[in-house]
Amino acid sequence: MAITLTETAASRVEKFLANRGKGVGLRLGVKTTGCSGMAYTLEFVDEMQPEDVAFESHGVKVIIDPKSLVYLDGTELDFTKEGLNEGFKFNNPNVKDECGCGESFTV
Amino acid sequence: MALLQISEPGMSAAPHQHRLAVGIDLGTTNSLIATVRSGMSTVLQDDFGHALLPSVVRYMPNGDIVVGHEAQAHQSEDPVNTVISVKRFMGRNLNDITNKAHIPYRFVEGADAATTRSLQLQTRAGLKTPVEISAEILKTLKARAEKSLGGELVGAVITVPAYFDDAQRQATKDAARLAGLNVLRLLNEPTAAAVAYGLDNAAEGTFVIYDLGGGTFDVSILRLSKGVFEVLATNGDAALGGDDFDHRIYCWVLDQVRAATDNFAPLTEEDTRLLLTKARQAKEWLTDNFEAQIVCRLGNGILVDVTLTAPQLVEVTEHLVSKTLSPTRKAMRDAKLSIEDINGVVLVGGATRMPHIRHAVQEYFQQEPLTNLDPDKVVALGAAIQANILAGNKSDDDLLLLDVTPLSLGLETMGGLVEKVIHRNSTLPIARAQEFTTYKDGQTAMSVHVVQGERDLVSDCRSLARFELRGIPPMAAGAARIRVTFTVDADGLLSVSAREQSTGIEAHIAVKPSYGLTEDEITNMLKASFNSAEEDKKARMLAEARVDAGAIIGSISAALAADGNLISPEEVKAIEAEIQKLQQLAAAEDATAIHQAVDALNHATEAFAAARMDASVSRALAGKHLENLDL
Repeated sequence: MAITLTETAASRVEKFLANRGKGVGLRLGVKTTGCSGMAYTLEFVDEMQPEDVAFESHGVKVIIDPKSLVYLDGTELDFTKEGLNEGFKFNNPNVKDECGCGESFTV
Repeated sequence: MALLQISEPGMSAAPHQHRLAVGIDLGTTNSLIATVRSGMSTVLQDDFGHALLPSVVRYMPNGDIVVGHEAQAHQSEDPVNTVISVKRFMGRNLNDITNKAHIPYRFVEGADAATTRSLQLQTRAGLKTPVEISAEILKTLKARAEKSLGGELVGAVITVPAYFDDAQRQATKDAARLAGLNVLRLLNEPTAAAVAYGLDNAAEGTFVIYDLGGGTFDVSILRLSKGVFEVLATNGDAALGGDDFDHRIYCWVLDQVRAATDNFAPLTEEDTRLLLTKARQAKEWLTDNFEAQIVCRLGNGILVDVTLTAPQLVEVTEHLVSKTLSPTRKAMRDAKLSIEDINGVVLVGGATRMPHIRHAVQEYFQQEPLTNLDPDKVVALGAAIQANILAGNKSDDDLLLLDVTPLSLGLETMGGLVEKVIHRNSTLPIARAQEFTTYKDGQTAMSVHVVQGERDLVSDCRSLARFELRGIPPMAAGAARIRVTFTVDADGLLSVSAREQSTGIEAHIAVKPSYGLTEDEITNMLKASFNSAEEDKKARMLAEARVDAGAIIGSISAALAADGNLISPEEVKAIEAEIQKLQQLAAAEDATAIHQAVDALNHATEAFAAARMDASVSRALAGKHLENLDL
């Protein structure tokens, strides 16, 4: 399995990285906080950690730590617009239940 | 599900705790709101894809309030209830508004005149202050942002012109509070533009921000050193903008039509509006094209069909372009800089899209101006970047933007003189303390009168606030030590406190000044201070001499009353004669004569002073043994 980006998400990440002027890729992760167990994190990466796992999707380096990978394996990251709002969306097959807003989830 | 943005490494927010922050360019003609998403500053659009929100507020007959394009469309049919350019009235009172005749609104001086002095506009929704009207614009932008970002905002950075004074800044903050926005900071517009271009990433440099908006022109010179921006100088023209270019084209079109038509009937208001719109479209078209056709039919049936070429546009608007260069030159002179010192020029405002303006700026500064960001959006983009940092979404390279006080701040001392505590162009935030003392024996209260300006006499400066420090223990004149502290925070707002050192009693005031100063007034006040340097010096000498005279007359009269019996009646009379002479001279205008009379009085009282000294020594010694004396 792997972590993938949709083409739209990849082109957005590339644009944001270029605008930022530095960074080697995009880090996906989970934090054990939130209203129902886990929460997603999405960050720029300046430095990879030795234990990190890296994937390549549409030319973008996706970086994830092994602990988070357990919860995210198979996830596809998309970029969508909802009305005036726009942003990234996790399509995570591991999720059993999520809170109303979808910011946190349980597996 | 919630949509996520990319955070800086290690800065991911907990769910439902996104620190959503926005930058707002609250403009005279148009307002914008921007935010940083996934590290990128972007202007937020409304449902129709408009980024610019016209700063127009209309109070509807049914009680609704409409803001933006819809309000703008009804501006001419319902002028009294449709407020445009409200920014010009922020923090002002009625006396500050000069060309009332040209403004359709019904102004009312604030009911609470003693405290707020804010003017109010009579609309069908009742009396409205500029603060309330601006709050409507901010509310509309806030709603747009919350819809776009999907959550509550933690705060906003709002931009203000660099020359905005305390009252205008405070009014802007009040408007934000009324709109339910938490103001992270007020930021100077030119500084925001510089931040948008990332000029703050340079180690240091001096930059010019040339901002030609719809109705105002501002030029600012910023210096960046050690990550801090300082405004070296600002100048401008409050009545010059893109609209004037439209008007010039409009006049040109009329000239063409009149020349070709007999019996040209006067234009209706609708014709004027139509032609002005056509003129604006032609101006915008000529940014990328060589010629623009202006075709329309007027109410009187006359067909307008003229072609305006780019060179013709240059010709008819040339004097407007040069009108922007004279404030630019003045700002350069104020900052004591020459062209070679400028490391970058930023263009702000939609009107700077015009090629001949770019050309003129390039020619004057001998370098190509920065234009790759949208000149309408650049201020909002910079404000959003600053808001993102202040909201805590970025860990490193926090930039602290410093602004400066446009005019000196000080207080009134005896004789109507100004003692400057914070000097003009001091970087903010700043706190300065100075010690003052009492003037009279047994004085138990001191009035602190806070003034703003460069002149030496209080009467030539702007009065900002007054308060009293009471409960000073009675002491001899000059013995009390009163420490007065002036603090100006990062938003440019002033508070003043006074503290008597021996008892610790304190009084303080947050200055919400009664007046606003226009940029012109600031410029005039500065100019006046240079032009009247000599006059001020004389006035200061005279005032000081009078204070000296008053002090010596007071102390000698008190001494005569107490110990007049120590000297002969003739001597008393001689002293009294000198006092009278001094009193007369003090009322006249000659400082030197007053000084001489003070010396003469001192001289005349030498014998009396000696007699008092002897008397007090013998009083102190009377009835005491030598060994009991502290010698």
